[in-house]
Amino acid sequence: MLIEARNIALDVPDMSRVVLLGRRPKLRILNGVSLVIARGEALGIVGESGSGKTSLGRTLLRLYRPSAGTLRFDGQDITQATAAEMKPLRRRMQMIFQDPQSSLNPRRSIGAILGGALTLHGLDAGPRAISSILDRVGLPSSVTTRYPHQLSGGQRQRVGIARAIALNPDFIVADEIVSGLDVSTQAQVLDLLKTLRAEMGLTLAFISHDLSVVRHLCERVVIMKAGSIIEEGATAEVFSSPRSPFTRLLIDSIPLPEIRPGWLESSRD
Amino acid sequence: MSAVIDIRDLSARSAAGPILRGVSLSVKAGEAMALVGESGAGKSTIAKAVLGILPPAIKITSGSILFEGTDLLSLPPSKLRELLGVRIALIPQDPQTSLNPSRRVGDQLMDGLRLRAGLDKAKAASKALGLLNDVHIREPERVMARYPHELSGGMRQRVLIAQAFSLNPHVIIADEPTTALDVTVQKQVLRLIREMQREHKTTLLFVTHDLGVVAQICDRMTVLYGGAVMEQGDTAEILAKPQHAYTRALLAASPRYDRPEQSLKPVPDELIAELQREISSRC
Repeated sequence: MLIEARNIALDVPDMSRVVLLGRRPKLRILNGVSLVIARGEALGIVGESGSGKTSLGRTLLRLYRPSAGTLRFDGQDITQATAAEMKPLRRRMQMIFQDPQSSLNPRRSIGAILGGALTLHGLDAGPRAISSILDRVGLPSSVTTRYPHQLSGGQRQRVGIARAIALNPDFIVADEIVSGLDVSTQAQVLDLLKTLRAEMGLTLAFISHDLSVVRHLCERVVIMKAGSIIEEGATAEVFSSPRSPFTRLLIDSIPLPEIRPGWLESSRD
Repeated sequence: MSAVIDIRDLSARSAAGPILRGVSLSVKAGEAMALVGESGAGKSTIAKAVLGILPPAIKITSGSILFEGTDLLSLPPSKLRELLGVRIALIPQDPQTSLNPSRRVGDQLMDGLRLRAGLDKAKAASKALGLLNDVHIREPERVMARYPHELSGGMRQRVLIAQAFSLNPHVIIADEPTTALDVTVQKQVLRLIREMQREHKTTLLFVTHDLGVVAQICDRMTVLYGGAVMEQGDTAEILAKPQHAYTRALLAASPRYDRPEQSLKPVPDELIAELQREISSRC
């Protein structure tokens, strides 16, 4: 198992409470989450807004320190690892963000953005290395001198993917990476991710609110609600025979592009 | 039945080039028409043109927008103001930014009723309460006194739907009203819009990129690409037998959980090249 999370909990200070003296009360946003991701596998993490899926993704990357439980990466316990201990592992775990507009520095060229990741880990950041990375995500090397605002949304997301794969990672957390894109661009980006997965043997945690996209890309899926996993299994099975009524509701709520009389009126909510 | 909205040969451009290329569409009373397309298709531009809120950088170069027989484009601003917001109303995309964060929900809901319909404060308040009831908000008295940030996204969108219907408009333009919502909430909001639209016999112009949403809520649809109409007609017919290659490509690119192998197919580059040729011949 590349990723092993056992009984992970995550507490954050409850900012909605007014505290005059003493410690601010904690709010538990992840509760007893256990999951494993095998090497080369793509796991979908699905839930509605506020379900904790993004917090879980960031915890798996040890961007957050779990408040309880244990987290292992490639057999190594990283639950309490320090920044210095994490540094060599950082190259092997990467993230693709939802919004490439705000996750790419607007003042740096695409070449500088990709080069920065490489130099940080002492790798070759020459023009040839940059072009070969761009080539893998289907971008011409001419974008090296461009700035993020000069690219289309789909191209920017490709840069986001390029930055994540530049270091040849083992594990990538992709957080809602196609939700802002047009359907045709979405299909292209998903295609690219599939190809890269096959070529590089990537392990993927694919966070999405869109069950259809997860169905397309991931072999296994976990469904989250209020900070806990309420269902998990092979994607095809979860879709054909969901055990939890909430999963059933999520699937039934997706509008399909065909006339379904009575769909709008039917409700389990 | 005659058309409530009749757009004829509408073209618009910005400094960068054409935005709309001879768009014609008409919507009958009580009908729900979808404007479907990807970004840059011109669907929001059409909606903004009808609402008279085009950014100054976009100029209409030809065509007309008839609302119940009157051309909105040649109407003086004073007459236009009487129609917009009253006869033609908007359900915006983002409930977060469309409400004033520093004013109570009830006061914002009462603005239109007091300023446009001329109701006094007490009457406006009771009408507002009724509207919140209509959009199935529980404890409307409490919600009236809330600030927007104290409500969930779905609740805020319900408030905006109530606001849009508050002056009994003949036409409602819904600009991607469910894009920012979770699927379960999206379904509730779609159901609500459909229910309110049927009850008030409102004509609906529904802007969306989601063919699934179109299928569930719109009687007819107009498929747009690069500011030009690709295909237009009955939703059921188009979805069952799309005539235009672009409509077929859009359907193939849409995600479908029930047919994962036949969905999410990228639009072929050759088709995009062909579409570019087709639209450049239209302006």
